[in-house]
Amino acid sequence: MKREVPLIITAVVGIMYIFQYFVPHEPVSRFSDWFSDWFGIIQAFAIWLGALNLMKLSLLKVARRKKDWMYSLVTIIGFAAIFIVGIFFSRGANFQEPGTRFMFIYDNVYDPLSSTMFALLGFFVASASYRAFRARNKEATMLLLAAFFVMLGRVPVGDMITKEWLQLPHWLWLSNWADWVMNIPNTAGQRAIMIGIALGIMSTSLRIILGIERTFVSGD
Amino acid sequence: MKVLHKILFCCLLAGMLLPASGMVAQVVDSAPADSAATGVAGMMAAVRRPAPPVNAGAEDTPSDEGHSINVFWELSADDRPGENLVTGYRILRAESPEGPFRETGFSSAGEKRYTDASTVPGTDFYYRIETQTAGGSSSSPVIGPVRSSAQWFNFNILNLFVVGGIISLFIGYFIASAKRGKILFIRKIAGLEAVDEAIGRATEMGRPILFIPGIQDMDDVQTVAGITILGRIAKTIAEYDSKLFVPTSRSIVMTTARESIKEAYLAAGRPDAYSDDYVQYVTDEQFGYVAAVDGIMVRERPATCFYLGAFFAESLIMAETGHSIEAIQIAGTAMPAQLPFFVAACDYTLIGEELFAASAYLSHEPRQLGSLKGQDVGKMIAMLAILAGVTLLTIGSLFNVGIATTAGEWVRDLFRLNQ
Repeated sequence: MKREVPLIITAVVGIMYIFQYFVPHEPVSRFSDWFSDWFGIIQAFAIWLGALNLMKLSLLKVARRKKDWMYSLVTIIGFAAIFIVGIFFSRGANFQEPGTRFMFIYDNVYDPLSSTMFALLGFFVASASYRAFRARNKEATMLLLAAFFVMLGRVPVGDMITKEWLQLPHWLWLSNWADWVMNIPNTAGQRAIMIGIALGIMSTSLRIILGIERTFVSGD
Repeated sequence: MKVLHKILFCCLLAGMLLPASGMVAQVVDSAPADSAATGVAGMMAAVRRPAPPVNAGAEDTPSDEGHSINVFWELSADDRPGENLVTGYRILRAESPEGPFRETGFSSAGEKRYTDASTVPGTDFYYRIETQTAGGSSSSPVIGPVRSSAQWFNFNILNLFVVGGIISLFIGYFIASAKRGKILFIRKIAGLEAVDEAIGRATEMGRPILFIPGIQDMDDVQTVAGITILGRIAKTIAEYDSKLFVPTSRSIVMTTARESIKEAYLAAGRPDAYSDDYVQYVTDEQFGYVAAVDGIMVRERPATCFYLGAFFAESLIMAETGHSIEAIQIAGTAMPAQLPFFVAACDYTLIGEELFAASAYLSHEPRQLGSLKGQDVGKMIAMLAILAGVTLLTIGSLFNVGIATTAGEWVRDLFRLNQ
């Protein structure tokens, strides 16, 4: 029963979801909103599960002085600080308003840290591109050439070379080459992937609704 | 400099003319429509009362939930580049033909439709459409009564119903065939063939396996796909007695992942080896999560990393960190923008549909494999439709064959998502 009931709920909700997509009449058209609301409520309660789990593991690590326990200590201090400031020193329910202590921490600590992590992407794009664009075989060479034309075509110097210096005809300007690569082969490839994804979603959904796929449900 | 002088001159001229036109507009607005050619207004055609829109009508919006009415009209004779500039059309609504009419919406000049999305099903409404110019307005006759009502089927997406239905039938047929024992050929997916090898490597090296189920919640089908794959992989990990680590960015994903792994350990006959600590919630914040995962990678140095689910900008940060610790990396996502990053940084990448096929593929279960066969038939239908559509439209365009163009457009519309 512990396994069958979730599977039945999954199947019923899945069928209702498909139904509401094609039936605009109430109450069927409201199903999606109801499910979203219910999901939001479950999510709100579940966040406590997550927070408690994080604290439990971090506290245990510190208490038992496990390897790298100091990182867990930082996590606990950070969690406690933002929690206490947010609950008790940030105008209660209006804690997200500009000027509160909570928002001060968010804007001056969290936001710069988050931006720093995001900025790492710039370096990683360079290192990944270096590996990907090495002309090891025929396919990698094609990728390299495509990348070369697109990158050069997207910056002013590309057109300066072909238009101003070499004075080539319009269709040979690098910006036009870059546009062609992006609009024709790239779009065609993206669309093929999207069609495959749509079919994959359909197939996965059917497997779940029919109860064929059940790895996400524990049986004990 | 000449251009600057011209701009300044135009600004000055406009500054002088605008207050004057405003005064004239007030005068003309109160005058009858046919007296536009009198006095100052006659000299300045730009401020005469405009012609009203013609052939105005309204109808219930088809295939909706009954809260909207489509209002349509032919453009006013003055709605064209010329002397009497129409600024737009005011849509007025009342519940009786006598009024009072209140503004319910506004459409810009050149537009011929407006959807009033604030109607009450079953209530009669009356409309008037007013052409607006700087010189005043003129109204169409009263339209109505019109009543909005809800429909039981959205015919705008009938094509999706038909195409989706056909593909679902094929999937169902192949599931049933597989259940009856028919042997189905499924092509090999390199990334999934490497799963056992990747887990074995981690076991031999005595290092953990890291699994990232994306950063979206369980309402995203990619996360569901990631978790089902986790279940399959966890069974092998249990058999190999390796260490698994799953940091999650959503609490519900944490709970579901635990259930999935617990089931896998049970299926492998090793329930005693399971621990809730394999799955840990980190944070919902995208880059906070990435920082934590990167930290885990650098400290724990997993031998194998799986990234299977929905990813955004964090995909490359994690994959490059994984590469720096020399882990075998298997990724899969249905986010087209992140696929190139995974392809560049990981050893194997499941592209789009392969992510959804992975769980069925790894299960080796006939019914699951049957669904993959149905998926392939769907792809074949799409390919044939693209080929037919492109051929018909090309013939129609090159040789001016009307029937080929019509047929090509029909094929195109059959697969169009937004009708």
